[in-house]
Amino acid sequence: MSAGDRTVLTRRRPGTARRPRLATVVLLLGALYCLAPVAWVVIASSKSPRELFTTFSFAPGSGFADNLAALGGYGDGQFWRWGLNSLLYAGLGAILSTLVSAMAGYALAKFRFRGRQALFSVILAGVLVPGIVLAVPQYLLLAAVGLAGTYWSVLLPVIINPFGIFLCRVFAAASLPESTLEAARLDGAGEVHIFVRIVLPMMVQGLVTVFLLQFVGIWNNFLLPFIMLSDQDKYPITLGLYTFLGKGAGDGDLYSLVIMGSAVSVVPLVVLVLVLQRFWRADLLAGGLKG
Amino acid sequence: MPATPARRSRLRAAATPWLFATPAIVLFTLFLIIPIGYAIYLSFRGFRIEGGGAFGRRVQSFVGLDNYLTALTDPEYVAGLGRVLLYGLVAIPSVLGLALLFALLLDTPRVRARGFARTAIFLPYAVPGVIASLLWGFLYLPSTSPISYLARQLHAGPLDFFGFPTLYFSLANIALWSGVGFNMIIIFTSLRAIPTSVYEAARIDGASELQIAWRIKIPLVAPALVLTGLFSVIGTLQLYSEPATLRPMSTTISFTWVPLMKIYQEAFMNDNLGGAAAASVVLALGILVLSLLLLRFFQRRTFGDDA
Repeated sequence: MSAGDRTVLTRRRPGTARRPRLATVVLLLGALYCLAPVAWVVIASSKSPRELFTTFSFAPGSGFADNLAALGGYGDGQFWRWGLNSLLYAGLGAILSTLVSAMAGYALAKFRFRGRQALFSVILAGVLVPGIVLAVPQYLLLAAVGLAGTYWSVLLPVIINPFGIFLCRVFAAASLPESTLEAARLDGAGEVHIFVRIVLPMMVQGLVTVFLLQFVGIWNNFLLPFIMLSDQDKYPITLGLYTFLGKGAGDGDLYSLVIMGSAVSVVPLVVLVLVLQRFWRADLLAGGLKG
Repeated sequence: MPATPARRSRLRAAATPWLFATPAIVLFTLFLIIPIGYAIYLSFRGFRIEGGGAFGRRVQSFVGLDNYLTALTDPEYVAGLGRVLLYGLVAIPSVLGLALLFALLLDTPRVRARGFARTAIFLPYAVPGVIASLLWGFLYLPSTSPISYLARQLHAGPLDFFGFPTLYFSLANIALWSGVGFNMIIIFTSLRAIPTSVYEAARIDGASELQIAWRIKIPLVAPALVLTGLFSVIGTLQLYSEPATLRPMSTTISFTWVPLMKIYQEAFMNDNLGGAAAASVVLALGILVLSLLLLRFFQRRTFGDDA
């Protein structure tokens, strides 16, 4: 029995000694449902194109190395380029987005100023605006200033994240004691110094959550790069695989490349989520919403 | 009047929050407010042929509500809206229902494999929609599907995951797989935030876990349910990448199967920016109205101002 279970036992005095078997079984079925497609794609990625359509789906094949080499060789290593692009869009985009959100959230939570409520309401309304509907006018406007089709066209629009600002405001309000900020001000610390040295470190857990949400959001984003980019060398991985499949309809060799590409692109995100999961503050999402 | 040091520091104090908010305000204006305004402007503009015969020029001009009338009377667009609503009716209740169920089960005392199940169910959150659609697409595709393989072994005949109405369930299943874990975590976390003393009395009175879940836990996590419901509605109506990814695998999905596919086609294939803008505005308004109805219905229990 793990330490976590023990605290639960002491926290909740048992009414009956019986273990809820059915609950465990249903949870394990849920876990199986969620893991099976990932397991399938990893197994299928080991199959040669011929095996893919002839052998039982959950039986491993013999073509893993060949598929990986074929994937890497496709279009002069285009796949790895897509991976780096995704990393750039999601990594840099999420870092900048988190910083912008933290600054705005801190201002909204910890300063009393005229227009504060109005500003917050406008940003909250932004949460309800479906981001994807903005993509066409964003494209036209960026095209007008000559930025459409560049890295900037995918990077700039994702830096603003109204929900991230909302979360940062909630988290700043909850985790920054007024007395600490006042003490720093009395010591003569500048506002930027206070923000960098005190506010950011105290909000770090919340910021990891905002970063993770935005990273996954950008990594998963499809329509924005789809609309903005025409040069395949600038594609993120999702768009690259999508065009792969479009070309490969009816072509068995490309199917196994798509499957290999899916398997390879799932792995880093799964690792990221597993590693960052312990910093993940879901209570920030759930708890901050009680008015 | 020369500024005294006290006055200067007051001014500086007043400017500080605005300086911190400046990047957000600038980006919000550039990438939300201006595009929305531009979309609304475009939605009233259209091309008209000016002059006669071979000398007619295409001139952009104000066309009033023409684009809206065209969009709302376009059978393909309206059908797309209908498809998205039908899909939402299948997808949203299953995602939220199962997320709530898993969250309640995780919160059940003495349940086994809690950490493993939580992580496993959350994992698909990390898989992009396009990749999730590819994964499930191959699991649906008769030639690669293990489900079809088993069905063939059992002589159950071919399974069609892309027909009507199965396609809606196939798509909803992708949404369920991708979304259930994330929503489960939000609901589970708000369950953990309930002080245990709330249930103690009920347990002492001999209430079963089922009664406690139904009578105490679910009403207390209602705000989290509203939040997850809101995000599900917004996400559902923007359905794009899943049907677009599955399209090469299925003949049922047309190039304009959902509103966003239609908008994309109007804007970039047919060069009809006004029509695309009007269709976007209609979709955005629909999402806004549904979101506000949902919030109003639950009496603004979420998104309250905590200041």
